[in-house]
Amino acid sequence: MELFKFFFHRLLVVFLGLIPFSLFADWDLNMTRGVTETSLEIFNLHMLIFWICVWIGVVVFGIMFWSLFKYRKSSGAVAAKFDDNFWLEIGWTVAATLILVVMAIPSTQVLVKAYDDSEGEINIMVTGYQWKWQYKYLEDNVAFFSNLATDDEAIHNRIPKGELYLREVDEPLVIPINTKIRFLITGNDVIHSFWVPDFAVKQDAVPGFINTAWTNVPKPGIYRGNCTELCGINHAFMPVVVRAVEKEEYTAWVAEKIALAEVEKLLTEKEWTKEELIERGEKVYTKNCVACHQVNGKGIPPVFPALDGSNIVMSDTSRQIEILMEGVGPSYAMQAFGKQLGEVDIASVITYTKNAWSNKEKGDGKEVTPKDIVEYKKRIKL
Amino acid sequence: MSTIVETHDDHGHHGPAKGLTRWLFTTNHKDIGTLYLWFSFLMLFIGGAMAMVIRAELFEPGLQIIEPEFFNQMTTNHGLIMVFGVIMPAFVGLANWMIPMQIGAPDMALPRLNNLSFWLLPMAFGILISTLFMEAGGPNFGWTFYAPLSTTYAPETVTFFIFSVHIMGASSILGSINIITTILNMRAPGMTLMKMPLFVWSWLITAYLLIAVMPVLAGAVTMMLMDIHFGTSFFNAAGGGDPVLFQHIFWFFGHPEVYIMILPAFGIASHIIETFSRKPLFGYTSMVYALTSIAILSFVVWAHHMFTVGMPLAGELFFMYSTMLIAIPTGVKVFNWIATMFKGSISFETPMLFAIAFVALFTIGGFSGLMLAIVPADFQYHDTYFVVAHFHYVLVPGSLFGIIAGVYYWIPKWTGIMYDEILGKLHFWLSFISVNLTFFPMHFVGLAGMPRRYPDYALQFADFNAIISVGAFIFGLTQLLFLFIVIKSIRAGKKANSEVWEGAGELGLEWTLDSPPSYHTFTVQPQVK
Repeated sequence: MELFKFFFHRLLVVFLGLIPFSLFADWDLNMTRGVTETSLEIFNLHMLIFWICVWIGVVVFGIMFWSLFKYRKSSGAVAAKFDDNFWLEIGWTVAATLILVVMAIPSTQVLVKAYDDSEGEINIMVTGYQWKWQYKYLEDNVAFFSNLATDDEAIHNRIPKGELYLREVDEPLVIPINTKIRFLITGNDVIHSFWVPDFAVKQDAVPGFINTAWTNVPKPGIYRGNCTELCGINHAFMPVVVRAVEKEEYTAWVAEKIALAEVEKLLTEKEWTKEELIERGEKVYTKNCVACHQVNGKGIPPVFPALDGSNIVMSDTSRQIEILMEGVGPSYAMQAFGKQLGEVDIASVITYTKNAWSNKEKGDGKEVTPKDIVEYKKRIKL
Repeated sequence: MSTIVETHDDHGHHGPAKGLTRWLFTTNHKDIGTLYLWFSFLMLFIGGAMAMVIRAELFEPGLQIIEPEFFNQMTTNHGLIMVFGVIMPAFVGLANWMIPMQIGAPDMALPRLNNLSFWLLPMAFGILISTLFMEAGGPNFGWTFYAPLSTTYAPETVTFFIFSVHIMGASSILGSINIITTILNMRAPGMTLMKMPLFVWSWLITAYLLIAVMPVLAGAVTMMLMDIHFGTSFFNAAGGGDPVLFQHIFWFFGHPEVYIMILPAFGIASHIIETFSRKPLFGYTSMVYALTSIAILSFVVWAHHMFTVGMPLAGELFFMYSTMLIAIPTGVKVFNWIATMFKGSISFETPMLFAIAFVALFTIGGFSGLMLAIVPADFQYHDTYFVVAHFHYVLVPGSLFGIIAGVYYWIPKWTGIMYDEILGKLHFWLSFISVNLTFFPMHFVGLAGMPRRYPDYALQFADFNAIISVGAFIFGLTQLLFLFIVIKSIRAGKKANSEVWEGAGELGLEWTLDSPPSYHTFTVQPQVK
């Protein structure tokens, strides 16, 4: 018995003392602690359940491996004959039930507290697209898309991978700290899932339905997450990046976004040269089109057709405008970019594709101006 | 006179037909069992090869070998093949071989139906696998095929997929009807329900689960078919439907399906632990009640796969509590197995090693299952590698080890030849080490935030993924050793007597038969006291 106690204490020391979790922190072994109250509560709950499971494991496996050792036939063990014990059965059933009750109480408390779909001080509509996120600030009428910023060349191992490989976007979601933010989450095409581990927010983005989640971030920082529901080819390539800033900085950022939107509107009126359109178009193309149509315009047939050498791109301008504005669906995944991009971007990206790759020599090389898109919009409305 | 005797002999002990027709037209439960097991073995290598492709791509960050489109086809088909083509047919194969021999019946109740339910399977998987060679590519929407990714946005081959799932479902339903009929009608006199071997019990319950849920799966894929080709909007919000409805229907099938894939392994483990502990199974009655409770509870826990779809609080709480309840009967089973070992006289032949690993590692899968049931924590676990670790722990060292243990346990009975014990132990230790090397680190990368079904990942997950891939390659190669051991124990080796294992003669009717048993067994019903 003394020996047993000794080993038991040793075991305790090994489990609690020699393997403290702080040791694992740098190894990325455990759940993200996160920064919000909810994420910390969930982390603590997770650790509680984990240690309960570890101790059940220690006891159960302890008895099992001790029995396997003690009653091995090679040591001359003779089998007993008993095959049932009513009170033992009742006993461990009750014990298991009690342990579950102990687990259920804190779980319920954390869940009830985290569950809240009431309005936030700032309400942001999060829409999952194949394969990017759109953030729309409902109070301020600011909206933009957030695309993966990792170079395709890095993904295909032709250039070295940066520290933020697959965790960087061109434009992060910006939120103020110490403010209750409510996310209204939906999907545009298939189901996506919006996950920021540091906030313990994970909510599916279901097309046609709006889910809610909320957070209140106490300290500034950049928080990175992912899409966690299989959404097609580029499921792994639509990260979530959130920049939490001081309230004043947030207000300034919103004002700047609104001012930029005004400038963008004016650009539509401007007279564009072909070179300007091509230059801007290349940027638009890189941001929005390469995921499917590839940098070289070859696409991934049969799902994503090639633009290089395409008859529509080379000589059927009106059809190309129509495809960009309305999309081709659903068996081809071409989205309706009329809802996503401004007139200038649509016009410039079309001009770019007509003047890039081999299309430059083979096609009509025409240019499409923002005004053509404005006219198209007018015509469709009639 | 002698000619008459010969004719009589011919009639009484006639063997199988010769050549291919033996296998095409057979109605013999042993032949059909063998077909099922070989089919499952073949599928294990096909599904396993897909896993190797997945792990090769994930060996390091970046896209090296395959593009995401093909990666998604690999994960989808790996899942479908392992679930419907390996685990389920392997259990049906064991049921075909063992149920008649364990209950003292001459054959299955419906032998021709039995032939049909097997031969539907190669058709179904032929169709499924052929889609990988079509221009549009095979199914790429995950084995759970959530709408609308699997409907509006699916490749054109989805129709073949739907047809193939229908055929698999038909095969399972017919097989289950056969098993239930056999168990309820053909037991030897004296074998009451509460005297049935646990493998038979586990299969009786499994068969009822199959009959209850396979039609639900058929309903789900039919609704997909209607949405895709006939303009309905079951799963399309734009037409008044709901994509989440798909998930409810799928998991109403899917959760009992999870238990379909583990209950027979519970039965097998019970027999093996009892045999090699040389002590009667502890708590037979509570084992039967536990099996039944697990089966009943499996119908009211489905939405624990969907804690992040946006459910009301009451729904989240209900499914959390009901899921936690499952830990009770499952725990009772583990306790009973350990109580069986306690004060036994234990030896460690290969089937016992696999059975012990089954109990230990399935329990680890059970712990992570319990953690996943905790709704708030699941917000962080959901759709990460933690989930992948969890279900692989219950399916590989759980179901698959259960099947492998069963094969080692019964193969001397089937072939009359003892498998090679040294190679068997080598197979066990290589499998045991590599299975943990593969699936244990998945807990870590999952908790650290790596989502599942990702063809490429951030740099901080690189080290563990390399380890996981190495483990997976070792595990994959090790199963070739299993193939060699099986072939060896069919062809030549030490002869096995009818009891095979020391003292097994008293444990079940199958051990009273010759090894190998004659083509038709129990033509006269035995008496069970």
